[in-house]
Amino acid sequence: MARAGVKAVYNEDFEEGMAPSVHFENVGVRYGMGPEVLRDLTFSIEPNSFQFLTGPSGAGKTTLLRLILLSVKPTRGLISLFGEDVSRISKDELTDLRRRMGVVFQDFRLLDHLTTYENVALPLRVQGKDEASYRAEVVELLRWVGLGDRMHMLPPVLSGGEKQRAAIARALIVRPDLLLADEPTGNVDPSLARRLLRLFIELNRLGTSVIIATHDFSLMDQLNVRRLVLGDGRLHIDE
Amino acid sequence: MSDMSQVRPRKAQAAETGRKPLPASLQRNAPLVPVDSAGGQALAAVIAILTFLAALCAGGAELVAASSAQWRSDIAREVTIQIRPNPQRSIEADVQRAVALARQTPGVEQAQPFSREESERLLEPWLGTGLDFNDLPVPRLIVIKLQEGARPDFAPLREALRSEVPGASLDDHALWVSRLSTMANTIIAISIGLVILVLVAAGLAVIFATRGAMAGNREVVDVLHFVGANDDFIAREFQRRFFRLGLRGAAVGAGAAMALTTLLGLVTRSWRASPAGDQIEALFGTFTISWRGYAVVVLIALLVAIITGIVSRLTVRRFLNGNG
Repeated sequence: MARAGVKAVYNEDFEEGMAPSVHFENVGVRYGMGPEVLRDLTFSIEPNSFQFLTGPSGAGKTTLLRLILLSVKPTRGLISLFGEDVSRISKDELTDLRRRMGVVFQDFRLLDHLTTYENVALPLRVQGKDEASYRAEVVELLRWVGLGDRMHMLPPVLSGGEKQRAAIARALIVRPDLLLADEPTGNVDPSLARRLLRLFIELNRLGTSVIIATHDFSLMDQLNVRRLVLGDGRLHIDE
Repeated sequence: MSDMSQVRPRKAQAAETGRKPLPASLQRNAPLVPVDSAGGQALAAVIAILTFLAALCAGGAELVAASSAQWRSDIAREVTIQIRPNPQRSIEADVQRAVALARQTPGVEQAQPFSREESERLLEPWLGTGLDFNDLPVPRLIVIKLQEGARPDFAPLREALRSEVPGASLDDHALWVSRLSTMANTIIAISIGLVILVLVAAGLAVIFATRGAMAGNREVVDVLHFVGANDDFIAREFQRRFFRLGLRGAAVGAGAAMALTTLLGLVTRSWRASPAGDQIEALFGTFTISWRGYAVVVLIALLVAIITGIVSRLTVRRFLNGNG
């Protein structure tokens, strides 16, 4: 997809008045008594937007994604997700928020004792859905990411690229409102990286806000979209 | 790779070109939390051993309860009058008078005096055979059988004997029955206490194993949380796994206890003719566990499995709450 195309999708689908998918206000994080690894983060991720999160290794990209995933608590500041202040949410509300998010971990985090199919179907299974209701959809997505003939295999026998695609499929299967991807093209060749990027663009076109954490400039150069740049614990937004 | 809008037409094309239809299920019903590790197997073994011990305790308690009920009902239906010889009185007349008094008592089914020969025969085990008992003041016994379920008041009979047959004493075995009941109830209470202790031990073993499984599966639990599982779902998954593990262990333990009981029953049956067999049979009856005993063993196995499941679920909930 051309740069202009993505820009157009982003602009056309932006809906005025909708609460941002993610909003940070003066957020800071420190681990233990150490210095703040992230400080004064103030930004919003609008619904149906597409952005890269970049910065050098160790800049705090993964920590920022974990803040959005609510697996790390900020030491100061306010975070709201889908218009909801998360500082005092219950566990059930946390689960509801996480069900609106898809996440691709840098280390994939596939469950080694489940097949590729079962891994991808996991978000639907934990919602208590009947397998018959999602089987065709999961198989379709697996074929789409090129894992149609790998669906019965266990992750330990998959290649790095296959694991990455399985992790991406698992994040996409619920058609999330917000997709967080941590170095999703880190283990694949440039050609497959471009194909995966097109997958994210397509998801964005269908209404999902996408945040891709990467330090791969060749990947970012393929799209003229917003860049959130982390450096020295602070965030700079390159619109 | 094509975009999503191209996927469905492609799928339709695939159907037309004869792509293989999907099987009925692609899910293997694989557990989400793998607890069948070495630790899980060790827990199953511990549960099997504890269930075995609990089942033996419960089976023993049932055996003692059944035997003591039998003893008590036998003894409680029998009352004895003992008449000590008095040189100034005719013992035969005293016996006849005592029998007559006993038969007049309501609730008495039968009053049978032991003859002189029968009374002397009772002394033979202690004094040996071939002795002349004529010079010995051998007391005479009257055995009174009570009607089924009758609990007569012996005070009037005792009073009548005292006034009309001096030297006669009535023994309704109340002290013996009371001691027997106390002993049997103590054994049953101890057995129930042991069963409870064993169940508590099983619960504690499950707590340790669950916490170990949680720590060992931390990554899995994290992933389940990230893909939208709530604590209750995760706790249910652990409960399901541990319940199956508990059921397997408990079935092995209960099966072994039943097999041992059956084996002991066969052995004691084969010893029945021997003196040792007679002693065992006198103490435990026929050493066979009734259907109630087997039901108790099965109940304990189920209880252990249910406790395993519930305790694991509560432990997971507590662990997850404690870890934010």
